[in-house]
Amino acid sequence: MIEASLKDLAAALRAGTLSSVELATLFLDRIDALNPSLNAFITVDRDGALSAARAADARLAAGTAGPLTGIPLAHKDVFCTEGVRTTCASRMLENFVSPYDAHVVSQLKAAGAVMLGKTNMDEYAMGSSNENSHFGPAKNPWDASRVPGGSSGGSAVAVAARLAPMATGTDTGGSVRQPAALTGVTGIKPTYGVVSRYGMIAYASSLDQGGAFGRSAEDCALLLSAMAGFDPRDSTSVERDTEDYTRELGKPLAGLRIGLPKEFFAEGMDDDVRAATEAALEQYRQLGATTVEVSLPNAKLAIPAYYVIAPAEASSNLSRFDGVRYGHRAPEYVDLADMYSKSRAQGFGAEVKRRILVGTYVLSHGYYDAYYLQAQKLRRLIAEDFIAAFTHCDVIAGPTSPTVAWPIGEKSDDPVQMYLQDIYTIAVNLAGLPGLSLPCGTGAGDLPVGLQLIGNYFDEARLLNVAHGFQQATDWHRRMPAVG
Amino acid sequence: MSLSIDEVRHIARLARIELGEGEAQDTLDKLNNIFGLIEQMQAVDTSQVEPMSHPQDVAQRLRDDIVTESDRRDAYQRVAPQVEAGLYLVPKVIE
Repeated sequence: MIEASLKDLAAALRAGTLSSVELATLFLDRIDALNPSLNAFITVDRDGALSAARAADARLAAGTAGPLTGIPLAHKDVFCTEGVRTTCASRMLENFVSPYDAHVVSQLKAAGAVMLGKTNMDEYAMGSSNENSHFGPAKNPWDASRVPGGSSGGSAVAVAARLAPMATGTDTGGSVRQPAALTGVTGIKPTYGVVSRYGMIAYASSLDQGGAFGRSAEDCALLLSAMAGFDPRDSTSVERDTEDYTRELGKPLAGLRIGLPKEFFAEGMDDDVRAATEAALEQYRQLGATTVEVSLPNAKLAIPAYYVIAPAEASSNLSRFDGVRYGHRAPEYVDLADMYSKSRAQGFGAEVKRRILVGTYVLSHGYYDAYYLQAQKLRRLIAEDFIAAFTHCDVIAGPTSPTVAWPIGEKSDDPVQMYLQDIYTIAVNLAGLPGLSLPCGTGAGDLPVGLQLIGNYFDEARLLNVAHGFQQATDWHRRMPAVG
Repeated sequence: MSLSIDEVRHIARLARIELGEGEAQDTLDKLNNIFGLIEQMQAVDTSQVEPMSHPQDVAQRLRDDIVTESDRRDAYQRVAPQVEAGLYLVPKVIE
């Protein structure tokens, strides 16, 4: 049952061969057994899950169930959940219980999905390895001495280790796609503005976007269909009709034009990642797709531009954590300024502080034009490169991550080395395009390799079908790590 | 570009983050590495490029000027470190 697709789970629930309570119990018991070693969940809500499952069973019996009714789900701990604590993996919010639900959370509640708990992540979604968590790192289920990627590491681990059939994440610079690649699952970040940011704790508002993890592109399409949609409470939510992201699944890939950015294939990726990527592209050619070289000449500037824009926006967003209205307050202080400084020094971890300091500096008097404005200009050049490339192709493909999962601790004391891990994903966020990672092979140590597919604006349905077509012809997405 | 330890202390003050004596040097080293990466931006001439602040060039939506929120003060204050009589308490700021 832990191997079943969302479609098969929904069919079993409708047929009555399985109840939602039984299904939730199965996964909750798996979490109890495996989470102590994997650390994928920060909070498990057994009572809430069972009560939601009973309500789902009633809906199933009444014949009012939707495609996700009764199916268990894990939320990244960046999404506010009323009544269940939301920590953002920070000491600052260790005891924070939100008075309201994020839009994504209410959408999935309305769909009848059953939340099992909240998943581990890099603190405030700042990181690429899940090591920046106040609750300790999540572990890669393929090799527990290695990182699962980040920042949505816990959600990726939950799906990879079959602790949940589906999970939400957020992606500001690669935080859905990269952990999906490193743990061997499928993950999609839609076009900026498709998923509401209401109740999603902000990191870099012009880049943050909610996304979906699943065992397959089909599962991601079902989950994304329930998450997405216009929400007036998010000023950057796009006013578009709701979409069925499964609508293109099954269309043949013959004639598909896949763009290969020459900069992504030049240097920087490990040989094992290159071999798996090339083999996946050969598979696409066998499915009738053609490949064409394209160029993203400014993509190399994405990391420096991102590390100005994201910290600048973070320094502004995180100014709300002042120890007054919510969050950690230092136990001792001499005056108000001291209370702010001590509360923030104690509440935030080292990487969060560094990004706030970088952001504070680049926005400070006299430096704005040299840094923030320059980064925004590069952002336009990067976006224009993609727009030009899409005149020659339907989707762009390349590696998701330059390496397979690395040992815990290997890069954690060198922020710049960690930042360079997101070389292939960050430009997509700067442009605001949809991106997806799917398992496409294995590298050194039999560790998963992800293939990244990048689509044009609002082309999620096609992107998901391009991944689905590959998964119909291969079984990389069905491999499961040997845990429990 | 290279920051000095005094500049790091100044930024930390602006950001309202207390920096312990032992932390300042390590923070300085790491920030200088990060700025070394960021400096790559300066190699590009962008004098003819319009800045892009947002992925979708759309105008902000306007809404009617009407009350849409209900009063949930108690729920919001339940998560506050210190409240009294519906007020958030902070250290004395006026002598």
